[in-house]
Amino acid sequence: MAKYLLLKHYRGAPAAVNDVPMEKWTPEEITAHIQYMADFATRLQETGEFVDERALGPDGTWVRYDGEGRPPVTDGPFAETKDLIAGWMVIDVDSYERALELAAELSAAPGAGGKPIHEWLELRPIFTAPPTITE
Amino acid sequence: MTFQVDELLLRSLTPHVLAILVRRGAGFAAAEDAVQDALVEAIRVWPDDPPRDPKGWLITAAWRKFLDATKAETARRRREDAVEEEPPPGPASGVDDTLQLYFLCAHPSLTPSSAVALTLRAVGGLTTRQIARAYLVPEATMAQRISRAKRTVSGVRFDRPGDVGTVLRVLYLVFNEGYSGDVDLAAEAIRLTRQLAAAIDHPEVAGLLALMLLHHARRAARTAPDGSLVPLADQDRSRWDTGLIAEGIEILQAALARDRLGEFQAQAAIAALHADALTAEETDWVQIVEWYDELVQLTDSPVVRLNRAVAVSEADGPRAGLKALAELDDSLPRYTAVAAYLHERDGDPVTAARLYAEAAHKAPTLAERDHLTRQAARLNASLRL
Repeated sequence: MAKYLLLKHYRGAPAAVNDVPMEKWTPEEITAHIQYMADFATRLQETGEFVDERALGPDGTWVRYDGEGRPPVTDGPFAETKDLIAGWMVIDVDSYERALELAAELSAAPGAGGKPIHEWLELRPIFTAPPTITE
Repeated sequence: MTFQVDELLLRSLTPHVLAILVRRGAGFAAAEDAVQDALVEAIRVWPDDPPRDPKGWLITAAWRKFLDATKAETARRRREDAVEEEPPPGPASGVDDTLQLYFLCAHPSLTPSSAVALTLRAVGGLTTRQIARAYLVPEATMAQRISRAKRTVSGVRFDRPGDVGTVLRVLYLVFNEGYSGDVDLAAEAIRLTRQLAAAIDHPEVAGLLALMLLHHARRAARTAPDGSLVPLADQDRSRWDTGLIAEGIEILQAALARDRLGEFQAQAAIAALHADALTAEETDWVQIVEWYDELVQLTDSPVVRLNRAVAVSEADGPRAGLKALAELDDSLPRYTAVAAYLHERDGDPVTAARLYAEAAHKAPTLAERDHLTRQAARLNASLRL
């Protein structure tokens, strides 16, 4: 029983095998892709492994504290930021191997030409509570 | 004045009621749903109208729920199968049936997370929502996990004894790997293990119960007010629960006397030796190493060997501990943390600080990472002086 975060990147991941930007797909290919993602989430709900799923807007703002009584300093968005997260899915699975299997399935979502994108996804473990019995 | 529903009583009745429904011929999955519905109704109705015979009330309510669901199902399918309205009364004792439920819910065909969820619901009487919250997943996900688990075991015969070992592993998981939410999973695991120990006479069941009690006894001392971990050696031993320790040791001694040693008894023996020491310095590390040797024989687990290396360093000095560590695979979880500790004890704070920082980076939990980072920071600060 372990939770993992599956991160999808707008930028910053190695190039996918079927690396064609979405706006160059046909509308039917886009529909098929979206359907695949929705079906994937539904399947995970049915297997009892789904926790959360979110998509993020691309325009991030950098914010920092600027001292007592001053408004926060903001900057960006920076078009050149090399790592940009597009969204995430959180899964709760029995093993690391199962997490890999699900990530691969998500990465197989169809893209241009109806072929799998083979997109690189980032898999990160989520910290659990510490076990009680340690010695 | 309204009657306060005794939720623990209600939950302790759950497996008995479920077993009676199954014995009357209800399928396990349908019976389990009916019992959940009856529990929910009990919580709603009992405060204003407390039953004279809670168990009888639950059986009647659950059976009615089962019949209603079956009729609805039958109507939906337009089947004409007659449903038996008057079931034969079940025998009074539900002890053996409870045991069968434990076996079913821990069936080897289930994944660990499914077995845990099903055990907590069908044997523990927790609601899906409570279980979902305890494991930080959406209620819909937990509902699906449980219904899949029920489908998986639907073909399993209810009257065959299973393997106690699978049940113990599930209860161990409930105790050891949960969060502290609304439901106290550690207390629930102890309750379920006590109930199991009452249903079956088995030294490893007793061993696991003793192990849980001995660890639970130290719970208040395990975390600082800010939530950070307090290592065993630094714990305020006056905060250990001596009642639980005494009970754990008594159960363990009775189990050990039967001379059928198993891994849970050996682990409990180690916990008992820690619990027995009034100060960390008084710990009988020589005996602890002997128990680790038994555990290595029983489990051949690399994690046990890693813990043994720590015990060896306490018994025979850090050099001996490092020697024991050198025989192990350095990719083991917590290997680097142990290495850091042993190097510090060996008087090498520079190596220890580096290893603590490295171990923090690899830590599997946030609390451990914070703890290891503090250890590295403490040594680095002392090195700057």
